[in-house]
This record gives sequence, C-alpha cells and structure tokens, in this order.
Amino acid sequence: MARTHITTVINGDEVDFLSEDSTSLLNALRDEVGLTGAKEGCGTGDCGACSVLMDDMVTCACLVFAPEADGATILTVEGLADSGELHPLQQCFLEGAALQCGICTPGFLIAAKALLDKNPDPTETEIRYALAGNLCRCTGYDKIIRAVQEAAIQMRGN
Amino acid sequence: MKYAAPSSVEEATSLLSSSPSAQVFAGATDVVPQIRAGRPVPDVLVDLKKIDELVSLTNDAEKWTVGAAIPTVRLTEDAAFSGEFPGLSEAAGLIGSDQIQSRSSLGGNLCNGSPAADSVPALVVNGARALIAGPKGTRLIDVSDVVTGPGETCLASDEFVVEFELDRMPSRSADAYLRMIPRTEMDIAVVGAGARIVLSEDGTITDAAVALGAVAPTVVRVPAAEEALVGTLADDDTLVAVAAAASDACNPIDDKRGTIDYRKQVAGVLAKRAVLIAIERAGQRNGDV
Ligand SMILES: Cc1cc2nc3c(=O)[nH]c(=O)nc-3n(C[C@H](O)[C@H](O)[C@H](O)COP(=O)(O)OP(=O)(O)OC[C@H]3O[C@@H](n4cnc5c(N)ncnc54)[C@H](O)[C@@H]3O)c2cc1C
Ligand code: FES
Ligand code: FES
Repeated sequence: MARTHITTVINGDEVDFLSEDSTSLLNALRDEVGLTGAKEGCGTGDCGACSVLMDDMVTCACLVFAPEADGATILTVEGLADSGELHPLQQCFLEGAALQCGICTPGFLIAAKALLDKNPDPTETEIRYALAGNLCRCTGYDKIIRAVQEAAIQMRGN
Repeated sequence: MKYAAPSSVEEATSLLSSSPSAQVFAGATDVVPQIRAGRPVPDVLVDLKKIDELVSLTNDAEKWTVGAAIPTVRLTEDAAFSGEFPGLSEAAGLIGSDQIQSRSSLGGNLCNGSPAADSVPALVVNGARALIAGPKGTRLIDVSDVVTGPGETCLASDEFVVEFELDRMPSRSADAYLRMIPRTEMDIAVVGAGARIVLSEDGTITDAAVALGAVAPTVVRVPAAEEALVGTLADDDTLVAVAAAASDACNPIDDKRGTIDYRKQVAGVLAKRAVLIAIERAGQRNGDV
C-alpha cells in the first residue's frame, strides 16, 4: 500500500513521517512518530484518551486521518513540559493524585490545557463541561477537577 | 482506502463521479465510528475541508451563508452568528464534546441522516436551504427535503452539500432548541425540539415553525402546533394545543433510552418550552439586526 509523506509541526519541532491514508493520526503518532502519550481507549470519539491539540483545537486523534495532519501544528502531552519542567497542570495532577491507572491522563491534560488557554479562570461547571469528552474509570473525576482548578490558580499567578 | 483533499467544488465532484465508492467527509465524527463498527470502507475518502466555500461563514443584507464543513465550534464561538441564531447555535453546540466540536459539521450532521441529529430541527425551523453540488452543477433545496429516512438522503452518490443559506433574522423573531437526554452531556437526543417565532409589535404571533427530532424516522415539522400559535399571544390553552400537536406528530421508536409514551410526552413538553423561549427572545429583538 502506498504511503503518504506528511509534514507537521509536533510539540514545536518539524516532523515528517510516512503513513497509509487509512491510518488514524493517533496510530501515526504512536507507531510512526514514537509519541505514545495519547492513548486509544475507544477509537470512536467517546473517551478522549487520544486528545491532542491540532492547530490549537482539542481533537480526538482517533477520528483524524493521518494525511489530514499535513501542514498542521500538533501538541501532544509530551509537549506540555517545558525543558524538563512539568506544566502546572501536570504538577497539580501529580500532587492532587488526580490519576490512578493513568490511561486517561494525557487526554485530560490536553483538554484541560485547551480550556485554560481559552478561559484562564473557569468555574467548576465550565471545567466539568470542558472535560465531558474525557472518561476516567478510576478517579471519580473530583480530584481531576480540583487539580485543574489549582493549576488555573497557579497559572493566573504567573 | 485513498485520502483526497480537493481544493475546489469541481475537483471534488469529478473525484466523486470517477470513483464508484468514494465518500465525502468533513469531521469524520460519524464516518470513523461507522467504519470501526464494520461499515464498508470507501475506496476514496474525499476531505471537504480544503475547499474555501465549504469552510467559510459570511453574511450580507439578505442571508447568512454557512459552509457545510465548518467545525461547529466556529459557529458557536462566532458572536454575530450565535447572537442571531441562538437556537441553531445551541443545537450545534450540543453535538458531542469539545473534541467533537472541533470537527463536527452541519453538513455531516444532516447528511449522516440520524433522526436524532441535533442541528437539523433548528435548521428546519429557520427555513434553511442546502446548496447541493454535483456533476451537472448546483441546486438549492430545503434542508427539510434532504433526509429521506434513517441514514438516507436525496443526494446522488456524486453530490454533496456545499453550504447552507439562512435568511437574516428579522427583528421580533427568534429561534430556540431544546433536547432531552438521560445525562447532562455527551448523549444522543431522546427528543429534540426546535422552534422559531415571529411577533407583531403587540406580541401577537404572526408566524411560527416547530420541528421535532428523534421521534420519527426523519425530523418532522408540526403544522398543527404552528397553526395553533399563529394569531395568539401563546396563552395557556394555545400551549396545551401545541404540546398535544407535538405529541401527536411523533412516530417514535421504543428502546432502552425511551419508550414510545415517554418520547411522546417529552416531545410535547419540549416543544412548548422551546416555543416559550423563542417568544421571549423574539420580544427582546427590537430594531435592527
Ligand atoms: C462522541 C460523539 C458524540 C456525538 N454527539 C452527538 C450529539 O450530541 N448530537 C448529534 O447530533 N450528533 C452527535 N454525534 C454525531 C456527529 O458528531 C455529528 O453528526 C456531526 O455533526 C457529524 O459531522 P462530521 O462533519 O463529523 O460528519 P462526517 O462523519 O464527516 O460525515 C457524516 C456523514 O455525512 C456525509 N457528509 C459529510 N459532509 C457532507 C456534505 N457536505 N455533503 C454531503 N454529505 C456529507 C458523510 O459522507 C457521512 O456519511 C456525536 C459523535 C461522537 C463521536
Ligand atoms: S480513543 Fe479517541 S476518543 Fe477514545
Ligand atoms: S486514571 Fe484510570 S482511567 Fe483515569
């Protein structure tokens, strides 16, 4: 099967890769680019474990065909930390025990970042709606909401 | 499967005409789950998002032109559009999560043909038209005529929706959309109800449109409710008649998400509430659009 050459900017670096047209962006990121942070929970847009920012919009990478990413700018969870220093969201998830098995965490972090980029001071309701596309089978969500609230406070302080 | 991203309507129609099982897509939020569930994979998937008309949102004195492939988040975040069509904007904003909103389109919501597609009752009450492109050129048809049954449209396999046209909302007119789901987010409508109301200066209803989703094989208009409303101030008796007409217009399925009786009753309640919201909004829309 012919493979298409795709040029993207991922986590700030220009990245070229080859992919079959039917491959999802999620599988291309994981198998061709070697970024395994985004996870496949469902493959159908329901769980959000595969969330990435594509041209600054939070998207399920499982619903994107890899060739659609040609020319796009992508942020995955691997791009959140800044030269070894965790993003405030990551730090607050760790300190607030907002994860257990961790499968959902990369998706929550990306969706939370998308929210805070647009709305630095969200209400609890706004956070819950913004994270409605992310499912977690372990935490019961409360600690995740608290971690996002805490990160928002810290980020506004900076 | 091959991926193609034509940059013009003509290029897209010729691709569709030349490949037997080609299929268009915008956000793929229906297409990918369907393929994952075992639907045959088309030999060419035609991405419509690189065609300018399909992703532009414009207006002039007469109408709004809404590209069929625009991600719905762009509609809900456009203050002018969502201010003029709060009901349609709310309906579009109910589609899935933020992750889905960055991809889902009105064209896909309509042409997927789901009876529960949230934006469709709101498009229908606003009298939206769809500009359809095919190998022989374009034609303009009412959105209410596009879907012919669950998963079925009147489009030929080499046709697609380029854009939607919506007349500018006159003063003292407004729309509304409500849906009932068992959860607060991320679910498929058990009932959806759209309404659009035009008021005279003294508050009398001079025109009304009511449409229901998820209660029949396609979205249905409710002419009996519309007739009951026109010429009234929407007094209690009128609203009882609206609810009864909406319940009567239903031909719903019976499933784990709602029994037939439940869906009929909820349809009546939601239609009435959507009408009341549209009336309240219309009353506040005085003067220029
Ligand atoms: C997690 C999740 C939650 C969802 N929640 C909702 C919800 O709450 N309410 C709701 O209504 N829907 C919901 N959906 C369904 C879906 O997101 C919507 O129907 C969406 O609007 C489809 O748009 P799309 O651009 O992604 O369509 P696509 O998947 O790209 O296309 C859908 C169908 O329409 C055809 N098509 C697309 N564009 C055109 C065009 N311009 N002309 C002709 N045919 C076209 C395609 O060939 C395909 O058959 C949900 C989906 C997911 C995955
Ligand atoms: S894997 Fe993409 S939403 Fe679940
Ligand atoms: S921590 Fe296990 S799914 Fe969320």
